[in-house]
Amino acid sequence: MLLVTEKKVSLSIKELDAGFGRIRDLSVSIGKLSAGDWAEEKGPTPYPSLATLRDWDHTLLSRYQPFYMPFCDLCCLCTYGKCDLTGTKKGACGISMPAQQARTVLLAACIGAATHTSHARELLTYAIKRSGRDCEIDPGGNAIGIEAPIIRLVCGEKPQILADLETVLDYCESQITALLASTHTGQEGNYLDFESKVLHAGMIDQVGMEVADLAQISALGYPKADPDAPLAALGMGTVETGKPVILVIGHNVPSAVAIIDYLAQENLTDQVEVTGICCTSVDATRYSPRAKIIGPMSWQLRYIRSGIPDVIVVDEQCVRTDAFDEAVAAGTPFIATSDKNCMGLPERTRDPADAIVADLSSGRAKGVLILDPEKAGEVAVRVARAVMPERRKLSLALSPDLIRKMASDCTACRLCQRACPNDLAIPRGMKAAAEGDLSLLSSLYDTCVGCGRCEHACTQDIPVHAMIVAAAAEKIRNEKFVIRTGRGAIQDVEIRNVGGPIVLGEIPGVVAFVGCSNFANGGKEIAEMSVEFAKRHYIVCTSGCAAMSIGMYLDDEGKTPYEQFPGSFTAGGIVNVGSCVANAHIAGATIKIASIFARRNLRGNYAEIADYVHNRVGAVGVAWGAMSQKAAAIASGFWRLGIPVVVGPHGTKYRRMLLGRADHDEDWYVHDQRTCEKVYAGPAPEHLFVAAETKEEAMVLVAKLCMRPNDTTRGRAMKLTHYIDLYQRSNGALPEDIPRYVRTHADIPVTLKGEITRILSQSGWKETPIPDPTLLARDVPGEGRS
Amino acid sequence: MSSTDPWQTAEVGGPKKAAVITKPAMAKAVIGRARSPVLLLGNGAASVEIGDRKLVDYLLVLARLYRIPVIATGHINRALRERGYMNATVLPAVEAGQRIADPCWEGPEGKGPCDLAIIAGLPYPMAWTLLSGLKHFAPHTKTITLDNKYQPNATWSFANISEKDWQENLEAIIAGTTGGAADV
Repeated sequence: MLLVTEKKVSLSIKELDAGFGRIRDLSVSIGKLSAGDWAEEKGPTPYPSLATLRDWDHTLLSRYQPFYMPFCDLCCLCTYGKCDLTGTKKGACGISMPAQQARTVLLAACIGAATHTSHARELLTYAIKRSGRDCEIDPGGNAIGIEAPIIRLVCGEKPQILADLETVLDYCESQITALLASTHTGQEGNYLDFESKVLHAGMIDQVGMEVADLAQISALGYPKADPDAPLAALGMGTVETGKPVILVIGHNVPSAVAIIDYLAQENLTDQVEVTGICCTSVDATRYSPRAKIIGPMSWQLRYIRSGIPDVIVVDEQCVRTDAFDEAVAAGTPFIATSDKNCMGLPERTRDPADAIVADLSSGRAKGVLILDPEKAGEVAVRVARAVMPERRKLSLALSPDLIRKMASDCTACRLCQRACPNDLAIPRGMKAAAEGDLSLLSSLYDTCVGCGRCEHACTQDIPVHAMIVAAAAEKIRNEKFVIRTGRGAIQDVEIRNVGGPIVLGEIPGVVAFVGCSNFANGGKEIAEMSVEFAKRHYIVCTSGCAAMSIGMYLDDEGKTPYEQFPGSFTAGGIVNVGSCVANAHIAGATIKIASIFARRNLRGNYAEIADYVHNRVGAVGVAWGAMSQKAAAIASGFWRLGIPVVVGPHGTKYRRMLLGRADHDEDWYVHDQRTCEKVYAGPAPEHLFVAAETKEEAMVLVAKLCMRPNDTTRGRAMKLTHYIDLYQRSNGALPEDIPRYVRTHADIPVTLKGEITRILSQSGWKETPIPDPTLLARDVPGEGRS
Repeated sequence: MSSTDPWQTAEVGGPKKAAVITKPAMAKAVIGRARSPVLLLGNGAASVEIGDRKLVDYLLVLARLYRIPVIATGHINRALRERGYMNATVLPAVEAGQRIADPCWEGPEGKGPCDLAIIAGLPYPMAWTLLSGLKHFAPHTKTITLDNKYQPNATWSFANISEKDWQENLEAIIAGTTGGAADV
């Protein structure tokens, strides 16, 4: 039998007599997933294309309408332009400002989704090369029954071996190409349809991330859904500078793995420090907890300039584009390893390792491009060992005297402050430093995002950032923390234990702290928020740079949050899933709740499951320092699942919010699947994407956005307790919108019964039923469920 | 630096940029003739010092003098209540922006759509983007920022002025006289 479908060719031969012999039971599949005996009924939307889920998107977008805040008034994407789109003006192609903003958001989401998907393709190719196409996908052994919740949901497939993931990536790549095409001049023109495509890009991004992390967990033996994954060292102060030090930067781990493997092979593991910045380091610690994480992206300049790394190895994503220039200035040999990030360096992939080592060690070559992770790993280790003794004789540190002298050149023009994303009062610090007081400069270190724009702005060529870092030398020496290494997926048994309490509202919420380190007031706020919610028995998840920032916070006993709270997906846990691509496990956990707890079919059944998550799973993402296009894509994926995301003040630069209108009662009706009636369910959750101005405001928003129409009275009372408590603490008063969230008297927190009852009676509040909620008319009996 | 350079160097405005408030009478006139203004007060107003007072102290005088309803963002409501101002509407800044941009919004006191948003105390980039949203999508609303940093997306903004000039301007604006509209 020969079966040819859109993406698959399958040939099955039961028995064939041919001239060359007899063939029995031959089965050949090309581009087909080995779905095995998966009996789950196929849902309505496997492999959705751009418009397949448009109805669901528009349902969400009619409730959570975009509020655009253009970051640029012009369009300069074609040669008709620049076009002024101010107000109601249109561009030469006819595009309006709302459509242009949505288009730009889509471009950002496409960049993010493409980056994760390309990363996934490279990791998958690497994993297959290392472990074979038939390597079983294994994110958690017997603890995981649903190995790939997002792929099951979106693609309607159940991947079993690495080769199965290739077809999934084919799909992602085709969708990203189509999405990108829709941003061409004269394609899409309606802002809501652009926004629908943003959500599609986010969903594809989640698929790509899931592929990437499944591939690396399966092939590299990372912790497999282990709540007790080992702790790893975190912080510049943990580096043993008596040893050669290698720095890896980026997101794609094969070069770091090769370094660790080469060290093991040469029995050098104890003799060389492998340190890293950004997600490559997170994944390096998943591979070997002996690796050390220096910190988020904002640590790049300060660590490179410290002169501590003896060799720098960069791969892709979130690598400073001037990393090579900085390495040259610090006299540090440099190795680029990704064809997406060649840095202008000569390719030496085919040269013998000996020759490359000799050139880098002698300084004849400042940097090289090696597109072979194993060779890059060997070269990095050998170069680090060769150059280390001489490098330790050098000191790049600025002495207090030198800082004072440099500071005296400051003219107080304030251009540095005006260039600083956080408006840091650098001139004041310079003035004090010139007078011998370095404390103000040192204090700037706490909120410095490490971008270095201050230096480029300075007309006197003062090395501002370097001086801030030098003034904070003592703090940096004390950056000695630990982080729980990324555990990957959430176990089925954990979902089984908490699924009910989450859906009923008795665990007040799942809060995911993710994203980059463009923090307005330093990373400490991330740690403080995570600890606050863990203490309140929310489930706290984290990943990537946010996970690092959480680790850089010590309690009174000198313990990091990872030592204070369990790593399990349970009330009061702080769960580090891993690197950026491991964010898929957080989305996956919400999807698994629908499957494991509620026994909903996942297979190609996106809208129903998203509707379930949106109405019942009190999850909220917090991207407090979100900076990148990848963060935009990650957020978009959560939005399509109906999960709200809170960003910090810099997050308004993503150009638009998705905001509900609590004061529009008509927006908050849901279908009650029990009664088939439309009932008011309150603004829960009130927003899909909202920027908070302060940490305090963010925490109030998180507590509020965890409320869902499906909450039981006990669950709602608990969620209201946290919301009201946080609100009172921040604002010194009770929230005005309490009546919108109280459905029955049983929702009222016992401790506030008197006050709230009084408020309700004054507001004309009436009881409303607690629905079995859905936004999908088709899921209401008698309304066309297919 | 010119009077219409944004405070954050790269946050340049578009073709439509804020008029610079060159004297306090301009601001007084703008505020005085608004029918349905709101004062959107960012969290920074509670910490920014001007002379021996905080920015919030000046702005509360303004709100009381002109009977302008206050929208408190961040967590500044606590500072307002400590100062005896109990009637602020508490909203995140972007949510406030969305409502101001809605021509059907009745405003905090039900007086109809907001015709003037007075903004101060937000982080500079957040105010920049919020004002951009209002510039493009709230044609019924004029905006004025009373921070001492030029905001190109406002309708009116101070230039980047010193603390001393800022204090003098704010004191003149909140002085109990009525302003003229001649210079606006």
